[in-house]
Amino acid sequence: MAVTGAALVLFLIAHMLGNLKVFMGADSFNHYAEWLRTAGSPALPNRTLLTITEIVLALCVVLHMWAAVSLARRAAKARPVKYAAKRKSQAKGYATQTMRYGGVIIVLFVVWHLLDMTFGAVNPKGGDATPYDRMVAGFQPDRWWVTAFYLVAMVMIGLHLRHGLWSAFQSLGLTRHPRSRGALQTGAAAVSAVLVLGFVVAPICIMIGVVK
Amino acid sequence: MNLTLKIWRQNGSSDKGRMVTYRVEDVSPDMSFLEMLDVLNERLILEGDDPVAFDHDCREGICGMCGMVINGVAHGEQKLTTTCQLHMRHFKDGDVVTIEPWRSAAFPVVKDLVVNRSAFDRIIQAGGFISVPAGSAPEAHSVPVPKADADAAFDAATCIGCGACVAACPNGSASLFTAAKITHLGLLPQGQPERESRARAMVEQMDAEGFGGCTNTGECTAVCPKGIPFDTIAQMNADYLKAASK
Ligand code: HEM
Ligand code: SF4
Ligand code: FES
Repeated sequence: MAVTGAALVLFLIAHMLGNLKVFMGADSFNHYAEWLRTAGSPALPNRTLLTITEIVLALCVVLHMWAAVSLARRAAKARPVKYAAKRKSQAKGYATQTMRYGGVIIVLFVVWHLLDMTFGAVNPKGGDATPYDRMVAGFQPDRWWVTAFYLVAMVMIGLHLRHGLWSAFQSLGLTRHPRSRGALQTGAAAVSAVLVLGFVVAPICIMIGVVK
Repeated sequence: MNLTLKIWRQNGSSDKGRMVTYRVEDVSPDMSFLEMLDVLNERLILEGDDPVAFDHDCREGICGMCGMVINGVAHGEQKLTTTCQLHMRHFKDGDVVTIEPWRSAAFPVVKDLVVNRSAFDRIIQAGGFISVPAGSAPEAHSVPVPKADADAAFDAATCIGCGACVAACPNGSASLFTAAKITHLGLLPQGQPERESRARAMVEQMDAEGFGGCTNTGECTAVCPKGIPFDTIAQMNADYLKAASK
């Protein structure tokens, strides 16, 4: 959980920063998308680094989900008879309670998102358009429900990281002091907030016409 | 005050069990929760009914026997309090109170609210000890212990093995209990020789008992009557990873 999650977070940070290039114009964004595909060349054939990254990410997603499913199944086996009274959460932290269903929403989002932005299958401009055109077309006001789904998914990701980020450190035994855990929890909240804001700003600006 | 109690009744481990509703009248706010159950049981005995079985021993919050889930919270909503130290002044006239046993595959119900917590004993047997030559007590100053370590070890050592952490955990994990024992012994000089083998053996026994896996929800430390710190779980993970990587 911790190790695969960490790899996915690094990807999210890079992806969020890459998306912000949309504010620097079509050329800059498309050039960046092009660079993703040609990085390393001519020493390496095109897409080598990109394909390796894609394989590592796909592996991380699968292992992350496998770990989550086994934990959920162990939990169900560990409590065969449920409580009659609704278990009242005593710990503070809403994010913790969203991890399982939030994770499902996030993976559904990723599927839609790849069909939208990467393959263009559900994108008005299709797969042959430039990445910039796909992105701008994807968040037009008449497709407000797509943008809304993106926003909901980003909030779920924020909550997922709010718990996941510091929890990974605890699982690796790195929070042996209340002070280090406190600092990590604050850090997790800050990083999650920055990621969510960084991700949602582009779709919102496209929808309200600031980015065309 | 008068209360309505909904209590889990289960006549032995093979019985299916069910919730049964009782009324208790004239409950004094000065009674402890267990004394309130004593009043109910006296009446049930007079009426020729089977009294509600529940575990208890010290009734002063130190033995860890008296666990039950009260209105969905292990040991009730009062923080840092065992069921025996919970007083009826925290309830009000007319309240409906649901009382259930710890729910865990590793803690089978013996009868009504009594569960068998031998799984904890087996975790202790797996490594919750230090091996020293017995004999007369050594000179106390011969092994200096840094104050910070002594404090942290003592905080962890206050665990009374009640099992509330397991009962409250959405995953049914026994990590807080196991971590408390590993931290308590692992921070002291006497615990060093067996530190890694202890962490490994206790964690493996915990998993073998059928407890769930920890996802750091923090419910355990929030209900723990002794306030065992969450950091002990990080200490357990650190010791376990160190042992497992060898
Ligand atoms: C509102 C937020 C987001 C926007 C506007 C956005 C936009 C994009 C765009 C335009 C691409 C295509 C880039 C290209 O073709 O070069 C892309 C690819 C991708 N995005 Fe996002 N994205 C967002 C959030 C996310 C999130 C939260 C995740 C993960 C949970 C994610 C996962 C991916 C993946 C896996 C790819 C494919 C990478 C590849 O093919 O190598 N995206 N995104
Ligand atoms: S850690 Fe706390 S809740 Fe768990 S057994 Fe020990 S005293 Fe009880
Ligand atoms: S009866 Fe001993 S702790 Fe409650």
